Amino acid sequence: MNLLSVKNLNKSYVTKKLMGKNEERKVLSNVQFELGENKILGIVGESGCGKSTLAKVLTRLEDFQSGEITLCGQNLREIPQKNLTHLVQMVFQDPYQSLNPRKMAWEIIADPIMVVEKTPRPQAKIQALAMMAKVGLLPELSERYPHQFSGGQRQRIGIARALMLKPKILILDEPVSALDVSIQAQVLNLLLDLQKEFGLSMIFISHDLSVVKHISDETLVLYFGEVVEHGPSENVFKNPQHAYTKTLLESAP
Amino acid sequence: MLLEIEKLSVQFKTESGNLLALRDVSFSLEAGEILGVVGESGSGKSVSNLALMGLLPDIAVINTKKVLFQNHPLDLNSQKQLSQLRGKSIAMIFQDPMTALNPSLTVGYQMLETLQTHLGLSKKAAKMKAISLLERVGILSAEQRLKVYPFELSGGMAQRVMIAMSISCNPKLLIADEPTTALDVTIQKQILDLLIDLQREKKMSMIFVSHDLALVKKYSQRIQVMYAGEIIETGPTDQVIKNPHHPYTFGLLKARPSAHAGKTKEHLYAIPGTVPSLRARPSGCQFHPRCNRSTEVCKKTNPSVSSLQPSPLQTSFSCHHPLESL
Repeated sequence: MNLLSVKNLNKSYVTKKLMGKNEERKVLSNVQFELGENKILGIVGESGCGKSTLAKVLTRLEDFQSGEITLCGQNLREIPQKNLTHLVQMVFQDPYQSLNPRKMAWEIIADPIMVVEKTPRPQAKIQALAMMAKVGLLPELSERYPHQFSGGQRQRIGIARALMLKPKILILDEPVSALDVSIQAQVLNLLLDLQKEFGLSMIFISHDLSVVKHISDETLVLYFGEVVEHGPSENVFKNPQHAYTKTLLESAP
Repeated sequence: MLLEIEKLSVQFKTESGNLLALRDVSFSLEAGEILGVVGESGSGKSVSNLALMGLLPDIAVINTKKVLFQNHPLDLNSQKQLSQLRGKSIAMIFQDPMTALNPSLTVGYQMLETLQTHLGLSKKAAKMKAISLLERVGILSAEQRLKVYPFELSGGMAQRVMIAMSISCNPKLLIADEPTTALDVTIQKQILDLLIDLQREKKMSMIFVSHDLALVKKYSQRIQVMYAGEIIETGPTDQVIKNPHHPYTFGLLKARPSAHAGKTKEHLYAIPGTVPSLRARPSGCQFHPRCNRSTEVCKKTNPSVSSLQPSPLQTSFSCHHPLESL
């Protein structure tokens, strides 16, 4: 059975006007895909194509107009918030803005279990330290604040935080685009290891074709909110069908 | 020879002591040549360019043995000399066009200002020139575009405006510092192709700075790899790419996945650790803590940078245990 299935998803943003008709802008139209267990789905597209909106819809940070999203056999809209946090977690693009600057690393990582599962602080800290070791952060660093970490380390904190509730699906929105190549390779390797260890499924969003090709089993190409190509990564990159995918590939250095 | 720099060092004076940002950097640039500069954040790749433009902050201390621009000696500490070159003979394109343009002035105002200052054109002549420049960089209905503010432009469009401004005085040297990092891949290709076109047409020299080795490989004739404020490998692009000698260059090449080759879901070659902070530089070779070939000698002595011959035809590198030629 598929973990996640998205059918005919439509989403538009409406700008309310004081006078005259409200303006409606379509961001996602008829998006369809499925995500199996232990799979990584890559989503590529340029700025404004709706990649991040899709991530927000899947984590229920934003609502959608029509379509059906089924997560582990349940309708996404009907899943209680508490259960949803155990199913889907997200890692954000900018490791500089997505961490609370006034909290220590271990507090940031332990927050999900302290908030959702009401784990007492001492136990939460033990679990956070264990998770830090898994993502390759030394436990000595646990009492440092975000500004004392490098970009790659911060992204590891973001990943550790997302894994604390043992989600089934991890959504990563441009997780490596703010990082240097050598650090990018470290984080990509880490993600592949974690996927095996935790039996995770991932949705990996990026504008970078080479990264998506490298990490994902399947690739989906979004263009102005529509899926223009979808298939196993090897095929999509070796034998692109849609003109836009071809242009993207030709532009990649 | 358009530009010759010998032993350029830059230090930043701070409360916690002097920080060495650039150590004994020497390179030269022929007329009409494109030099690619690669390195990660903090490797000092922008510092040398900012020194050349006279745009470093006051806390910077610049030392050089020799700088020649068009065979005339140039004092990088003299704002007077530099301001005569800046924008005219040496122009620069910055990474983020949205912050490089003044948000409160129209595109036209900013373009005319440069043209009137450096070329002494009348307002009318400057306007004609601005329109033709915008048309040259592929902006449609150029006359109307002069009246818009930067926020009304897309990222790619704003970068085209920046390019138009930078070539407006026919510079001899164009410094493009990560010109497409903020842009989408399809736009990136358009912008770089445009830059190369202009470079050929105007016979400019270009210093193309990027963290992306794949891009530099495609667009430059000679390459310079920087690490922790030093040039660690330099040579003709195809030689360096095909046959990297320094383990860092090798690592950079291997760490980047390719959209055109390679298997999915395999581990990438990752360079462990991070670029050292200027406050905590390692002893000896700056790369040794991250290097899998390092030995005792690497910890003690820095492989002499002087062995780097700025010869345009040969690769040179600073490493005690270089990778063998293939």
